Amino acid sequence: MTALAVQGLSKSFGGLRVTANVNLKVEPGERRLIIGPNGAGKTTLFNLITGELLPDSGSIQLFDRDITKVASRKRAHLGMARTYQIITLFTHDTILRNATLALLGLSPLRWNPYAALHRQQHLVDAAHAALKRVGLDHIADRPLAETSYGEKRRVEIAMALAQNPKVLLLDEPFAGLSIDERRDVRQLLTSIPRDVTIVMIEHDMDTALELADRITLLHFGEVIVEGTRAEVVADPRTREVYLGE
Amino acid sequence: MIARGIAIAIAILALIAVPYAITEAYYVNIASQILLYAIFALGLNILVGYAGLVSLGHAGLFGVASYAVASLLVLGYGHTVAILAALVIGLLFTAGFAALALRATGISFIMITLALGEILWGLAYRWISLTNGDNGVNVATRPMPFGIALSSANAFYDMTLIVFVVAVAATAIFVRSPFGAALAGTRDQPRRMNALGFHVWMIRFGAFMFSGLLTAVAGILYVYYNRFISPQTLALPASAEALLMVISGGAGTLLGPIVGAALVVVIKNVVSAYVVRWNFMLGAIFVAIVVFMPEGLVPGMARLSRSAWRAMSGPKKVLPAAEPKP
Repeated sequence: MTALAVQGLSKSFGGLRVTANVNLKVEPGERRLIIGPNGAGKTTLFNLITGELLPDSGSIQLFDRDITKVASRKRAHLGMARTYQIITLFTHDTILRNATLALLGLSPLRWNPYAALHRQQHLVDAAHAALKRVGLDHIADRPLAETSYGEKRRVEIAMALAQNPKVLLLDEPFAGLSIDERRDVRQLLTSIPRDVTIVMIEHDMDTALELADRITLLHFGEVIVEGTRAEVVADPRTREVYLGE
Repeated sequence: MIARGIAIAIAILALIAVPYAITEAYYVNIASQILLYAIFALGLNILVGYAGLVSLGHAGLFGVASYAVASLLVLGYGHTVAILAALVIGLLFTAGFAALALRATGISFIMITLALGEILWGLAYRWISLTNGDNGVNVATRPMPFGIALSSANAFYDMTLIVFVVAVAATAIFVRSPFGAALAGTRDQPRRMNALGFHVWMIRFGAFMFSGLLTAVAGILYVYYNRFISPQTLALPASAEALLMVISGGAGTLLGPIVGAALVVVIKNVVSAYVVRWNFMLGAIFVAIVVFMPEGLVPGMARLSRSAWRAMSGPKKVLPAAEPKP
């Protein structure tokens, strides 16, 4: 059984082919790193996998179930969670409220128009637990607008983890972080148990490499190299894509 | 919590006392108008404030409920049937509005609702066999719930107040509910909400229906208050006026639309008796609100009173230095 499988996935925006016949097989519990220069189609690949974009051709399976035509919101219910490269949070709300919304998304309670949300103790407790996991519980009641960029990045991860995903897609979790913050986030990602499969896009090779079991190199929407950490780093094509000839 | 309970009790007692404080029927009627327009504005605010969807066609939905009552009464049905049917018809039209308008957001949403509102106005104006066109429809009597006559200004005010309190309570419960939280989420980050597993379209549809329900209730109260309905009630200026109530009072707040409704109704009815160019005054007031309190009267006053409080309570205290980490 594969956690996430992608076959012959293609997507074009007008004449621009952003995803070109991509094949991907991620085993359960694997840490997969997707690298590639700017414009390689990494985030587009994520948007296709999560269903925010529909592919022109190809198929996607989540634990051997075909989800190619499954609505994006339903993929969350099937155990897929993602973070965004550009912070996509609820700025007017507190950190706690952000985490609560993540939990509410998978709860039938989300349709309830009369219960008092702040009195749903199990949700509130679970939200605190999710924040504790990323070390933000002590500022849970702080409005998101008053938090630092590094804290926002951690809220992104907390919201994805709060949903107890089977497959977690992280879009540049280290982007824009200071050295200290990188170390914190790296520790956080290392602490995620192996029953969660992680696919991660990252530019920062130094930080991300040691987290990865296998690496996929994308260039102009195509998979150029795929293999273990050592294989990809040693491959001359990696050097070529990143450094030019 | 207790303080809030006391504040609510005082507010309700004050509203009950209004007809005794202002004994003139004319002013009691204006108070009734404020309350029924406040229900309308509360309904519109669900969309504008909490869903982030600005509707310029809500007077159409308001008018549909009014016309439904008036027409059914003319056809000889009783008040109970007319009111219940008007609610159902109002909700059906709301569902149609929502299904068409929710294909878009932002400016396109505004334009679709505007167009739909204008279609309803056009029907009211031109479908003369049904609506009597520009001559409108008269409503002969007000209902008598539990045998209580609502013909006097005071009795009608009390009835409107009961409906108003229920509407405010329902809205307060709705916005604090998980569904209300989800709705605000779709306003701020629809993409993230979708990725978190929320059905963004369905949430907006549900909010539209609740908004339409409050609007229909207000429309029913209006037609009984006015005992007459004409196409003007559905026209674009009426939709714009409701939107002004929401925005001037404070969109996305519970009290804002109520304050906004009071402001607009008072200027239209009371100030216009003394100031010939009251329209100009209304415009000037809105400009002042936009300049000094762009977030609306209720949040704006809260902000200003906070800063006034700070200015009065003397020089700023020096914050203690952050405690050193252990």
